[in-house]
This record gives sequence, C-alpha cells and structure tokens, in this order.
Amino acid sequence: MKKTALSGLTALTALFLSIVASAQIGSPYIHDPSTVVECDGKYYTFGTGSGGLISEDGWNWHSGGVRPGGGVAPDAIKIGDRYLVVYSTGNGSGLRYSSHVYAMWNKTLDPESPDFEYSEPMDLGGSNGYEDCDGIDPGLMMGPDGRLWLVYGTYFGYLRIRELDPKTAQPISEPVDVALSCEAGEMTYNDGWYYLLATHGTCCSGVNSTYEIIVGRSKSPTGPYVDNVGRDMIHGGGKLVLASEPRRIGAGHFGRFIVGKGIEKMSFHFEGDLDRSGRSVLAIRPLMWKDGWPVAGEPFENGEYSLVSERRGYALELAVNNVPMAGGMRGFNRNGDDNVVALEDQKLEDVIGTWPEGEISLRIGPELFRPHQAWEITEVPELGGFIGGAYCKITIAGTGRALAATAGKEIVTVPEFTGAPEQLWRIDRLTDGTYRIMPKSVPGTDEELVLVSVADSTPSLGVFNPDSDNSKWNLLKH
Amino acid sequence: MKRIVFICILLLTGVSLHAQTGAPYIHDPSSIVKSDGKYFTFGTGGGGLISEDGWSWHSGAVRPGGGAAPDAIKIGDRYLIIYGTTGGGMGGGHASKIMTMWNKTLDPDSPDFAYSEPVMVCESLVDEDFNAIDPGVLLDPTTGRLWLTCGTYFGHIRQVELDPKTGFRVEGNEAIDVGRNMEASTMMYRDGWYYLLGTHGTCCDGVNSTYNIVVGRSRNVNGPFIDNVGRSMIQGGGKSVVTTEGRLVGPGHFGRYIEEEGVEKMSFHWEADMDQSGRSVLAIRPLLWKDGWPVAGEAFREGTYEIQSVRSGYALELEVDFIRAQGAMRGLGRGNEPQPNVVLEEQKLEDVAGTWPEGVIGARNGYYMGRPWQRWSVIPVPEAGGYLGGPYYKIVIAGTDRALAANDKAEVETVPAFTGAPEQLWRIDQLTDGTYRIMPKSIPGHDEPYALVSLGDCSPTLAPFDFKSDNSKWDFRCYSPVK
Amino acid sequence: MKRSFRILLLLALMAVTAVQVQAQKKNSKIDVAEALKGYFKPVTTPSATPDAEGFIRRWMILEPISKPNPTNRVFTDSYTRENLSVEYFPDQLTVLPKDGDKVKVTMEYQPPVNLSSNRPAARPQQDQPKFVKATLTWHALDSDHFFVKLFRFATGLDKDRYGVIFWTVTVINCEEDIENVRLAVGSNKAARWWVNGEEVLLLAGDRHMGVDSAVSDRVTLKKGKNILRGVTMNGPGMSEFCARFIDDTGKPVTGYTITCN
Repeated sequence: MKKTALSGLTALTALFLSIVASAQIGSPYIHDPSTVVECDGKYYTFGTGSGGLISEDGWNWHSGGVRPGGGVAPDAIKIGDRYLVVYSTGNGSGLRYSSHVYAMWNKTLDPESPDFEYSEPMDLGGSNGYEDCDGIDPGLMMGPDGRLWLVYGTYFGYLRIRELDPKTAQPISEPVDVALSCEAGEMTYNDGWYYLLATHGTCCSGVNSTYEIIVGRSKSPTGPYVDNVGRDMIHGGGKLVLASEPRRIGAGHFGRFIVGKGIEKMSFHFEGDLDRSGRSVLAIRPLMWKDGWPVAGEPFENGEYSLVSERRGYALELAVNNVPMAGGMRGFNRNGDDNVVALEDQKLEDVIGTWPEGEISLRIGPELFRPHQAWEITEVPELGGFIGGAYCKITIAGTGRALAATAGKEIVTVPEFTGAPEQLWRIDRLTDGTYRIMPKSVPGTDEELVLVSVADSTPSLGVFNPDSDNSKWNLLKH
Repeated sequence: MKRIVFICILLLTGVSLHAQTGAPYIHDPSSIVKSDGKYFTFGTGGGGLISEDGWSWHSGAVRPGGGAAPDAIKIGDRYLIIYGTTGGGMGGGHASKIMTMWNKTLDPDSPDFAYSEPVMVCESLVDEDFNAIDPGVLLDPTTGRLWLTCGTYFGHIRQVELDPKTGFRVEGNEAIDVGRNMEASTMMYRDGWYYLLGTHGTCCDGVNSTYNIVVGRSRNVNGPFIDNVGRSMIQGGGKSVVTTEGRLVGPGHFGRYIEEEGVEKMSFHWEADMDQSGRSVLAIRPLLWKDGWPVAGEAFREGTYEIQSVRSGYALELEVDFIRAQGAMRGLGRGNEPQPNVVLEEQKLEDVAGTWPEGVIGARNGYYMGRPWQRWSVIPVPEAGGYLGGPYYKIVIAGTDRALAANDKAEVETVPAFTGAPEQLWRIDQLTDGTYRIMPKSIPGHDEPYALVSLGDCSPTLAPFDFKSDNSKWDFRCYSPVK
Repeated sequence: MKRSFRILLLLALMAVTAVQVQAQKKNSKIDVAEALKGYFKPVTTPSATPDAEGFIRRWMILEPISKPNPTNRVFTDSYTRENLSVEYFPDQLTVLPKDGDKVKVTMEYQPPVNLSSNRPAARPQQDQPKFVKATLTWHALDSDHFFVKLFRFATGLDKDRYGVIFWTVTVINCEEDIENVRLAVGSNKAARWWVNGEEVLLLAGDRHMGVDSAVSDRVTLKKGKNILRGVTMNGPGMSEFCARFIDDTGKPVTGYTITCN
C-alpha cells in the first residue's frame, strides 16, 4: 500500500476503513522469518530463499534485507556489537535430509552501511542424510550466563541443540536430541526456565496450513523440555502458544523481541493471511507470560473501551460533572413483584451539553460506563507505528474530543483530533496482560513518558515502571 | 490478565442472563451457605433468598432480628448467623451492636429450624470512630480460630475474635483496627495469605451508586492488609476486585463460596441491574486468582466460540473430513512483485455442511483453523435450570442445531438436533485459573459427575475432573465474526 | 570438484544399497538384526511386558505395502478410511502371523527410493497406476524405543519408505479382565487401530507422533489373549507410532504380557 499524503480528518477516517490494521502494513511478505533484530534504529528479519524485510518503525515493512547463501529459515542475533546470521542448506551430497547450518557475521544489517559485509559462511554441522535429523531451521539463543546455543531440525526425526562459542560461533559441544517431530525450533530463557519453541502441523499449504507454535520448558538448556501435561518434547509433547485465527492461518517460526522489562513481542509468520491473498506474512504480537508459560497476545482491536487503572480499578474520565441518571434506590425490598423493566443507558446527548467546549482535563473515577468514561480507540495506520502496532487516537466515543499530552507533562482532552503527535498513542500489551499507554511525543520534552496513575483519582504522565501498577492500565471493551 | 476480555459479539436474546433468574432481589447479601441441599443468603431488613439449584432464586429465607447486612457461616453441623442491629447511621447516630445466633438448619420448613437467642459480640457507641455493622466472618482453616470484622465509612474496620464453639466473643479479646473508610468487610484465606475485602464508593443510590469491591492482603490474620501499590487498608488502600460493568452497577458485599479445588464463586449484590428496573440484585460470579489476588470472573456470555483444550491447544471439532479452502501457498515469495491484493472469503457452513453425515457425528480435537466444524454456539437454556451461578447451555455447531451430547458409554458425540435432553445440556464453570470446566448435566446410565476431559490431544471424553491437570480444562476463544 | 564428489558418493550409496538388498534376500535373523540396528531387535524371548511407561514394544510388522501418497495433505478421514479398508491380503483383520510368514499382495508400483527426495515418485497424472504383485514378510521385532520407527524398518530392509502402508499386530495377554482402559496412540501418519477386531481409532490428518495423541473410547482387555492391530500409512517424511493403554486418569496400564501370537 502506498503512503498517501494526508489532508485532514476526513481523509484519515476514509483511509482507515480500507486498511486492515491488525497485520503489519507495507509488504510484510515473508516465509520462515528470523527473530526480529534491531540495527542502527531499524528492524530486520530474514526469510527463506534470500533477503528479508526491513522496517523503520517496526510496523511498516518492506523488502530490502540482504542475506547471501540462500537456503531456508534463517535466524539472527546480536552478540556484542556484531550480528550473527545462521541459515541452512544442503551440504552438497544431494541427499534429501543432508543439510547443514551455516553461520556468518556482520557488523551491521543495513545494506546501505559502509560496514555491511558478511564473513565467510562457517559450517556448524547438521545431518548426514541417513540419520533421524534434518539439519535445517536453525535458531539461536544467548543464555543468561552468556552461553550461546543453536537448535536445528525438522519433522524428519529430532530437533538438536548444541553449544556455540559466542566469540566465533564455532560449535563447542556435541549435539543433543531434544524434541521429536517439530520444526522451526527456537530457544529462549525467562525467569529460571529455558524454553524450546517449535511448530507442529503442516506448513506451506496456504490457508490450509495447520502450522502452530508449541513450547516446552526445562531448567537446563539441553532439556528435557516438558510440556504442560508432563510430556517431554522428545515424546512429541508441546503446549500450544498460537495456532490459527479465522482469517490468519498457520502460525510458525517464533522469535522473541524484548522491548524492555515487561514489554515483549513475538514475531512469526502466518502461512496464509486471508486479507492478503492468502500469502505468508510477518506477524508481530504481544508476548505475555502466564504461570511460567509464554502466551500470545491478541492484536489490538479498534473499539469502544473503558481505560481502567490497574492501580485502583477506576476509569479514566473527563473531569466533568457526573450527571446522575434517573432511577434511584428501589428500597431494600427483596420481594417486590412489580413489572421488571429495562432502563436506558445514559447517552452522550444526555450529558454533552453540560460539558465545556474547549480543553477538558482528566481524572480517574469509579467506573460507571457513562459517556464521559467511554473512549473510542482507533488505529491511525497512516500516521506510523512502532514494533507490532499502529499509533491510535483516543477520543470520547461519539465525539472528536481527543486525549493529548501537554507541554506540562500532563494530559488533557482537546475538542478535535488533529493528528498531532501528542494526540497519538502507542498501546503495548505488557507481559502480565495489562497495557502501557504512551503518547507518540510530549511537547517540549524528549523524555519517554507514559500514562500513569499518580493517585487513585489523578492521571498524569510519568516514567514507565514495569513493577508498579501505577504504570499499567486495562482496556475493558464495551 | 486482570479481566478476561471477550472480543465478541453478543447475541443476547431478550432475557438478561448476567444476573441470577427468579426474583433475586436483595441488598447486602450474606455469604452463600448450603443447607439441606439448598442455597441460602440473607439480606438487610429481614429474611433472604433461597435457591434449589443456585441459579433461580426466590425469597423465603427467615432471619429474625432485622438490622443490616448479615453474614452466615457453617461451623461443624450448625450455622452461625451474624448481623448488625442498625444500619449506617440510619438508626440515628452510629451506636450499633453485632449479634450472633445459631441454627441447626437454614431451611424454615425443617423441624430443626430454631434460632438460638442472639448474643452481642461487638458494639459501637454513639460517639466513637466506629460503627458496628456489616459483619463478616472467617473460620481460619490453618488454626480453627473464628474472626469477625465489621465497620463502615464512619471510622474504622475492626476485627474481633469469636469462639467457634459458642459464637461468643473470646474472653478478653481486644478489637484491632484493620481498615478504614469502607463497608461490607469480610475476610478470606488462601495459600498463606489472609485477605480483607470491603467496598468503597456510595451504596443505596440505585443506578448512580459507585459501590465497588476492594481487597488487601497480609501474611498475618490481624493485618496489616496491604494493597497492590503498597498501601495499608488502614491508610485507605484497596485493590479493585470488581466495579460497575455496563448495565450492572455498584458491586458490594463480597462473599466467597468454594465448590471444590479450582472451582470458586463470589457472591455480592449489584446496587442496580438496569435490566431489572434498576433494582438491587444478587450476583454470583466465578472467583479467579491471579498472582495471589482475587479477580472477578465474568458471567459466561452467549456467543460463538472456539472451544480449545488447554491440554493440547487443539479445538473441539466434528469428526468430519478436512475440506480444503481456496487459497493455496503463494510460493515462498517475499518479493514485492506487484500483484493486486485479494481478500479471500472464509470457508462458510454451506461450503462444507453437505459433506457431513446426517446422524451422530463424533467429536474430537484438532488443529484450530477457524472452520465451520470447529465453531460452536454456546446458548443458555434457562428453562432447563442451572447450578450455582449459571444456567445450563446447549453447545451446537454454529448455524445448525447439531448439539454436543454425552452418550451411554460416557463418551462425547454430536447429535443432529438439540432435543433438550439432559445429556445435551452443559454446565460451564470458570475455574480459579481463568480456564473452564465443561460438564454434562447428566450422562445416560452413569451417575459419576464426569467433566469433558482430553485424555489424548485429539480425544475428548468424559472422565473425572482434576483441577491439577490441563486435561480437564478448556478455553472459550471468541473471535470477530465472519465479515 | 563438488560434482565429482557427489558422483562418488552416489556410487558408494549404490554399493550400500546392493549390499542391503542381498542381505534382505537371505532374510535370516542375523541380517535383520544388523539391518535394523539401533531401532529393533528380532524377538528372542517368549514374552515381553510393557515398558515402565506402558508402551508396547513387541510387534509383528509386515514389510510395507506401496501406496504412493505424494503429500501429507491427502489424509482426510474419508481417504484414510477408504485406503485402509482395501483388502491388501487375505484375513488382514484377523491373521496372527508368525515370524517369517509370507504374504502375497498386489500393490501400486512406485519407482525405487530416490534419496534426493522425500517424496514417493509421482506418476504422471494422465497415466493409470501400475499394479505389481509382491511377496512381503512378517517380522517379529522388539523396538529399542518407546516408539516403533516404521520408517527405519522400511529403510533398513531396503523397502519403499514413502507412500507406504504398514500392518502391525501384537497380542496382549491378561490374567484377569482389565476394564475401562483406553488405547492411546501417537501416529505419524494416518492410521486405523483395532482391539479384538473392533475398530477403536481412526487417525486422519497430517499428524506427528506425540505420546497419547489420540485415545480410544473405553475398552475391556479380557482375560487371556487380546489382539491389538494397527495399520499406518505415510506420505513423504517419517512414519512411526507409539501405543499404550491408559486409564481414565491418563495413567499407563501395565500388568499384562505381550507375545507375537
């Protein structure tokens, strides 16, 4: 989709309607994407074949990544100030299951950089064509202790793990079988556990692919990796992370991207995106952790929400008079048998006349599902995005009144949304399932500030603290 | 996840199924207690509600003494009822007394039904920062000691100790202040933590009530009870448990009901149900636990879902052929070769239903692909009765009448049409970890209370429920409807 | 240079293959033992027991019947049932063979295995399938693993390995009735399973082998002999299964012996 010059709100709205915002935009066409890596302020992922995708903001992706060597299903990791890229290809024997993993270093992933130069590929070993292993689909992990691990393999036998020297990427241990009948292995470490992610199911069958991401965990990097019902992955076990959604089919090739403490993303492909001709596309979703297991967050969905503070459970609202509704207390009578009637909800037109016309400040009040607490949150993909999402406008439902950051590091609502960066909001699902809400920019400061509860009743902007409920919000869909 | 957010289109049909049915009108309900196979809750004023099944409620419970906001607990084979003699200054000032009395049964029709003489266990004077109403009790499962908290917005929440044998105040017991500026306090214990619950906000203002339930926790039964941002309840702290939800306004008067390990409910009132004239009604919701905090589950919503086995992540589906949809692999092309984007249609029921057999079709679990044989409409059948907190449901393939049913081999299958038979009715309980238990109302020829269980990844069956195993657990995933 | 290496390797391979074919022609116990090393051993004891996790490792396995399935996408329920209901040899649902028993089958021809491909060689669409007669042998084997690696059975004996059907049978001997047990199978790929002649599982789809992937309804293992029979069909890639009996709580059932007939 081409970028279009914008002229005002009407254009914005019209454009939005024609764009599917819950997938990445641009040309995110890729199969078997490597873990997303940041380099010189841009994001990169490599795929099967050659080349890969680049994104300036993590939201709008286009081709342009350069990776020689061909082969399949690369992975990439930053180690120190260098990037290690691994991929796999046949070792020349001509045997179907004889594949080796190759590794190469680069100082940058940016093909425009003068430093861009891959080292000669190193053979990290693989399969000889006769054994129960097919040495493709490599995945890399740097453990918390600085040890580097490689996993590889497919449905033809075992996934294997071996240790590499993080300075040279040369193998320094013999491979260990860790899982049976998986593909797209990837390891990660979280809070005392090593995780092995992989896929089950069929790839490469478009919208009929049954690819799905599964996981097991272990206290040791070499396993055993055990699933939620106690099965070892070497016995075919695996707990589901993500399969298909009705219009996005076949999740595979997990990669983890840590934005910061408490904010993580998972990258993968969907084998078939029904909104994009059934093509294979890059996907980036919130990654959450529940009871020590990775859980895929759903994409943000436009709609009417309450913005509820995790601190107190109260809702962000306009600081206007709370207009009472008709219908007072009906006594303590438990036995009345008068006709039961449905009362009408308070409507915007019942109260909007009592609101001032200019800026209105904000507070946090007991949730009552009233018009001054009802927020329409709408992605504005044409105004850019961040890793895995588009910026949103946050307006009082039924109006153009928009939430905005102010030069005083506070928040306010302005009567109409103009598209100014302080009216655009980045919404990230956190690893605990709550949300961080962050303006694209705050006038007069470069500080990265987020929406916080400084008191039960008082919202403001402050520094994000993943350990404080003051920094966290829930989106309660109406 | 603090709230389980259903991204879902509701298909509610006239009757509001968010609240209990019958005439569940009550204010300040006590904890729900089971006696003689029935459920009881007492409210402000006198009397209370009875339910045979936990879902349909009607008045009829009997509690003398009037006053406000009672609590009830079963201790041994007797019931202890606790109430405050006046309410919230309405009696003129804040002098009040907490009274306790025993009964061998709560069923007014039982020959054993007789309350003992009430005794006073706690008192507030006209002039102190304390108002002795809204009692709540906890029998500490680790020590067997009985604790009572009471108080309102007028000053402190106080904790006293009662003798669980007599219901009297323990001799020499000194009251402890454990909270401030709340009402409807009660305590609970779980997994090494003591919890103090109460309400903040305004009661008794119908649809404009801002009542909401809050909690703090402590490792010590006497507090201090600390909230999620480190404030003590005595400093006015409190983490939110449940607030107003759309047309249900002002939750208050928490009570916990443990059915079995992993299956818990919370009872409370909504100050106003806008679908029931804005009256105050009894509510029963799943009680969930997350990171050591109580979380209110949502009332199950009618809708069309993927029913996902927690064991394998596979989706409950008909045992029918996988019919391929249009849209094959588009090459490994990452290229940006210009090609017009095409929006593909999802496979529809009519594309595949003709290939299905007409009679009984088995059920299994398979990779979720969003296909018609994996889409289940879960629809309440209110006339078929219910269980604590919910009605029975039929579970049918969306767009058809093909219904999930238990059979006489204690296995699960689908029948071509829903008949209302008990083996086609399903009880759905949200578990304390947020997942669900799905149980048939009955299994032909079997008395065992079996639940839907995945013993194999692909094989749903009916077998004993085990909260410790993901085999027994299911998720309902609700996606945006087909456009 | 690379090309010449490739040719050398191919020649070496052909030599290996020739040796394997010769070995197979003799079909003596020793040769089978060598050919299946690391996966199976010929049965040498009168009876076996399930392993500690309840897996059944002793099986009679028939050399594979060719049934070219060029992809794993074909394994719908109907296709599986249809193709695994064909009578390939007499009494295939009742026979209790002995080691070395021979079976005459008519099966679809496929060219010899091409090691550079994981697929059965596809015949041109317009051509009619060509059928050939073959004599296949039953082997009494103990698996070295909890699973039965059918692919390595075929590979070791130098048989077709992709697009094939494996018949397997074993006998469960119980001292008393064992009620309410379930057959739990992990299967790569499509399969049908019978207990005492009753079909208890039909496994369709592009599936991987996972322990307890699918379980049957409750069955009773009766006092005395019980016949457990499975037929597994693959396309490209591996083929293997694992099987055990479990109870209503998912725990393995043991306490029986396993014999070949």
